[in-house]
Amino acid sequence: MAARVRVAAPEAAPAPDPAPVPPLRLTGSGTARADRLFAAVTRGAGGFVVVLVLLVAGFLAVKAAPALRVDRVNFLTSRTWDVAGHRFGIVDMLWATVTVSAVAMVIALPLAVGVALFITQYAPRRLARPVAHVVDLLAAIPSIVYGIWGILVLAPLLRPVQDALGSAHWIPLFGNEGYSTGTIFDGGVVLAVMILPIITAVARDVFERTPVAHLEAARALGATRWETIRLTVLPHGRSGIVSGAMLGLGRALGETVALYLILSKPPAGPFSPSLFAGGETFASKIASNAAEFSTPTQTGAYLAAGLVLFALTFVVNAVARWIARRGDAA
Amino acid sequence: MNATLGARRRAADRTATVLITGCFLLGLVPLVWLLYTVASKGWHMVVTSEWWLQSQRGVGFRDPGGGALHAIVGTAEQVALCAAISVPVGLLVGVYLVEYGRGTFARVTSFAVDVLTGIPSIVAALFVYAVAITTLGGQRAGWLVSLALVVLMLPVIVRSTEEMLRLVPDELREASYALGVPKWKTVVKVVVPTAFSGLVTGVLLGVARVAGETAPLLILVGYASGMNTDLFAGFQASLPGMINDQFVNLGSGGQAYGLDANGNRVPIHNFAPDRLWGAALTLIVIVLVLNLVARLAGRRART
Repeated sequence: MAARVRVAAPEAAPAPDPAPVPPLRLTGSGTARADRLFAAVTRGAGGFVVVLVLLVAGFLAVKAAPALRVDRVNFLTSRTWDVAGHRFGIVDMLWATVTVSAVAMVIALPLAVGVALFITQYAPRRLARPVAHVVDLLAAIPSIVYGIWGILVLAPLLRPVQDALGSAHWIPLFGNEGYSTGTIFDGGVVLAVMILPIITAVARDVFERTPVAHLEAARALGATRWETIRLTVLPHGRSGIVSGAMLGLGRALGETVALYLILSKPPAGPFSPSLFAGGETFASKIASNAAEFSTPTQTGAYLAAGLVLFALTFVVNAVARWIARRGDAA
Repeated sequence: MNATLGARRRAADRTATVLITGCFLLGLVPLVWLLYTVASKGWHMVVTSEWWLQSQRGVGFRDPGGGALHAIVGTAEQVALCAAISVPVGLLVGVYLVEYGRGTFARVTSFAVDVLTGIPSIVAALFVYAVAITTLGGQRAGWLVSLALVVLMLPVIVRSTEEMLRLVPDELREASYALGVPKWKTVVKVVVPTAFSGLVTGVLLGVARVAGETAPLLILVGYASGMNTDLFAGFQASLPGMINDQFVNLGSGGQAYGLDANGNRVPIHNFAPDRLWGAALTLIVIVLVLNLVARLAGRRART
């Protein structure tokens, strides 16, 4: 006790002139050098990350260039992808990538908002945390496992849904192309399961941060639970829902292995916009054609496709971050 | 909810409750279903000792026996090399962003980490291919997979490190400075040890994230059915690679027949589905255990 008092005493009565107390002199020049060295090392690691990103974009672009130079069709508007014949057009891949992601979003987005609302507004507080962890587990399952489960277990059971929707075959999206499984629709459903936890996590975060004053004000006015949600939680969380959706979309656009296993390769022939046809996304096409990386030109064609995918996911993720940041600021 | 509530409002509230609870239950269905499928179809392979002790060398899809040891070893090696690079670099970047990062360069670094977070695995694999094989003329091998995984793991480690270091109260840093401890020593001896279990969580989640990654394997290394412990030469198996390989064998010729001792036609069992689900179960168990341990470590960090 006495010891503590003695140590504490100088603090209680601060020295009148603290300037000459020399903490700097205690750290000799060797320590200062160590300090600068450590700062430089951490900064260097940061620089490594910056250089890495530049290298990824740079290498893809530089190595894709020779292929684009000999491309006999328009890279961005042609449907033909014939690597040996030097015809690289990405329209089919773009269509498959966008439609499969769109199916996933249509299913996953409302579901994820529902799950997030349940966890934050309905689940008993003691249950909410473990339940949230369980949903997070969905994100931990490797995509190849989703792939084999999707094509071997889920897709055959989706057949009736496909047939029911296919009865509206005058809509081009629902045309019957004679596929039993391995369609864009099957891929989209599995993707929906994969991006559900991503959207849920972001939405959950913003729903949790709904100002208590808003919630209480709504309740004080006699709002039901649903009205409280509609009046306070959803308006407050709109930016979170949108940015979560964009993050999920970014993941869906770039998903490789699940779709590589699920999607059937469409035969050469007339283009079908149907969701019930097979297809190849950027990622699944690159993955399934690794054997064609034989000459710099052929490899370059796939690198060009990869670069487009990179640009696509970059834009989507950037928009997601921008919306999230704006939501934080508001 | 009082009795004077209008019937329409009450109905809307009930409907919303049912729909939202329904969403939640529907969201859990795939998880339970998938885990059940993999466990029920894979467990009889995983419980044998040969599964853990043998490779698939010389084992055709019609032959019984063989195991997944080659794939487990391959995955362990590739992930270990990836972690050996990503963890120190990721920790340093996290330290930089939290302890030193001010100004333009820090913002650029943070932006670069954001970009890395969004890179699809196939793009990371293409990048490594473009550098190591197209440009430098290398051969496909396990270590290239590790390099592609670094691109995917690095942002996970950086972000979790940042999050954990920001949880360390500034009072601890100030107390350390007040004792005349230089900044680097404060970081190494005070900040990092305080956040240690949280950092472990981030590393384990990063490892779990890349252990099941398959896209780089398809481009950067061939599948070997035998044991190859050399990361730097030859084809190498891994658990996702083994699943993919068995998937290819699934449809081999449909139902095959052979002759038994009495000359009768008998169906031959195709072992590919068993091995496929066995490898999937092994992979899921590894990934989920890593997640569980990570969360336990994280919980200790918070209390």
